[in-house]
Amino acid sequence: MAAVESNLVDLSGAPARRRKEEIIRRIFQSAAAVSVIISAAIVFSLIGRAMDFLFAVDVSALFSPSGWFPRRGFYDLRTIVAGTLIISLIALLVSGPLGVGAAIYLAEYARPRMRRWLKPILEILAGIPSVVLGFFALTWISPELVQRIFEGATLFNLTAAGIAVGILITPLVASVSEDALRSVPVSLREASYGLGASKISTTLRVTIPGAISGIAAALILAISRAIGETMIVAIVAGGTGGSPFRLNPLQPGQTMTGAMTALAIGSDQVKGEALTFPSLFFVGLLLFFMTLALNVVSERFVRRVREKY
Amino acid sequence: MSGGVRTMGTGDIVAAKLQHRRIDLRGKVFEYLLLLSLLISLLFLAVLLFEVTSRGIGVFQERGADFLTGRLSVVTAMTAGVGQAIMGSLLVLVVVVLVAIPIGVGAAIYMEEYAADTKVTRFINVNIRNLAGVPAIVYGLLGLVLFVQILPGITGGKTALTGGLTLAILVLPIVIITSSEALRAVPDSIREAGIGVGATKWEVIRSHVLPSALPGILTGTILSLSRALGETAPLLLVGATTGFLATGGANFFEMFRDSYTTLPTVIFRWSSLPSADFRALTSAAILVLLAITILANAAAIILRNRYERKW
Repeated sequence: MAAVESNLVDLSGAPARRRKEEIIRRIFQSAAAVSVIISAAIVFSLIGRAMDFLFAVDVSALFSPSGWFPRRGFYDLRTIVAGTLIISLIALLVSGPLGVGAAIYLAEYARPRMRRWLKPILEILAGIPSVVLGFFALTWISPELVQRIFEGATLFNLTAAGIAVGILITPLVASVSEDALRSVPVSLREASYGLGASKISTTLRVTIPGAISGIAAALILAISRAIGETMIVAIVAGGTGGSPFRLNPLQPGQTMTGAMTALAIGSDQVKGEALTFPSLFFVGLLLFFMTLALNVVSERFVRRVREKY
Repeated sequence: MSGGVRTMGTGDIVAAKLQHRRIDLRGKVFEYLLLLSLLISLLFLAVLLFEVTSRGIGVFQERGADFLTGRLSVVTAMTAGVGQAIMGSLLVLVVVVLVAIPIGVGAAIYMEEYAADTKVTRFINVNIRNLAGVPAIVYGLLGLVLFVQILPGITGGKTALTGGLTLAILVLPIVIITSSEALRAVPDSIREAGIGVGATKWEVIRSHVLPSALPGILTGTILSLSRALGETAPLLLVGATTGFLATGGANFFEMFRDSYTTLPTVIFRWSSLPSADFRALTSAAILVLLAITILANAAAIILRNRYERKW
């Protein structure tokens, strides 16, 4: 019996080997902890300065009828929130039909061969840097598309920015929607065909309703991305230096992200209003919570599809 | 059924329905509309590539490699180039590779291989996904506070190192998520076989799990680097220079603690200059950036398709 006991001791392994295992585990664990530290750091670094801004700023300046002109002390939030919403809405009108349509085609209609070609091209589009799309919006979308269709549109306008943001997020909408459509079990489609339904009826009445929460998630995620998109807006929306409150999408305007870029580029050279710099953090915090809320809702919808099947 | 139809017999009607393939017009229109929505996005991509190439190609024909080595300028279009911008992007990417890849892959290994399914683990997972959705410009604010204002002793303020660390934090969630997916695709039987012959957890990971997951991890890494290469907004906040940049005579390591600019930053700055000369320069710089990102993305896609293993 003594032999068995000593075997049991041996099974626990050499102490040096176990110590090494433990150290390696700790190293990986701290790598995972970094992500939590980053989240905390984001919240703390934003909240501190945003509070400085809120305590120091005159509340009437946050709703100034003059618009968003930080250098003159006017921080009208309605101006930049309206600009952000207009661009996001246009982007959604572009990327919704294009992205969801592309997803339905890829998931339901495309032959495997065609899919093998189309999908990578869509992924290439997803990899185009936003600064490039911004330049394209300024030199092509605005003069060749927006100004030709709508008379009276200025070269810098919210519509061109919205269309470019829409193109930027189309691959994302397509990819998330396609995943949702693919997760609808084939048996449901087969049941529909078995009852004599055509392909279009099956797609419209069975597959799409089955994937609807996933498609909703894709669209919510798209809005979140559109709200946070910066470079396209900075290049083509035309709000650098400030903007009065405007709702006309054919004219220049300012968004939350555009305002932050303008503040960032200017803050090195211009020491005007003392609050311009802290205002950057206030807008950043607002942006952070808006996108976070949308992302959490989107995540809920995605989970609903996953749980269903 | 009523009247004359009955004389045909139900069986005949069914046979006729089955044999005569009616063209489903509604279905065809629907299908082509769907295809159209896909083609419109691809058309935008084609127009973008054509426009940028036709505007920018002249710069390469006239000046050749001189443009690739020239110095940053917003005044003289004739001699302005992207040499410093390419160098700056390279410095920033080196920092991203050294910081984001080890931490990202390490975190993924912990989440997939070590962590038990507890509340804490689930919280970290949700947290990582939320980080992936934070707008890029917010990371710029974090970098500004953390690396420029709190840690200038280490980073030297608005330097290439600061830019690199900021972008490393930005791509970290993407590296973690893609690496986790690659690790999850490795079947448990591989791990069990290793454990069964007496290997420790780390030995199994190092010799079996990681090699099997490597193509997937590599794909995610390339995609996140290409994302970092094209990112502009956060760098504007942590001091990528948009104007004049002194030539650093310093050695490679000192350059990390020097002021810097990057390729997309230069594109942004030049795109605000209305002169035709700078429009051409912007397009040429975009061609350089697109060539690198498209090649990197294509490599990642090919890598994924080739080594995608079905267990």
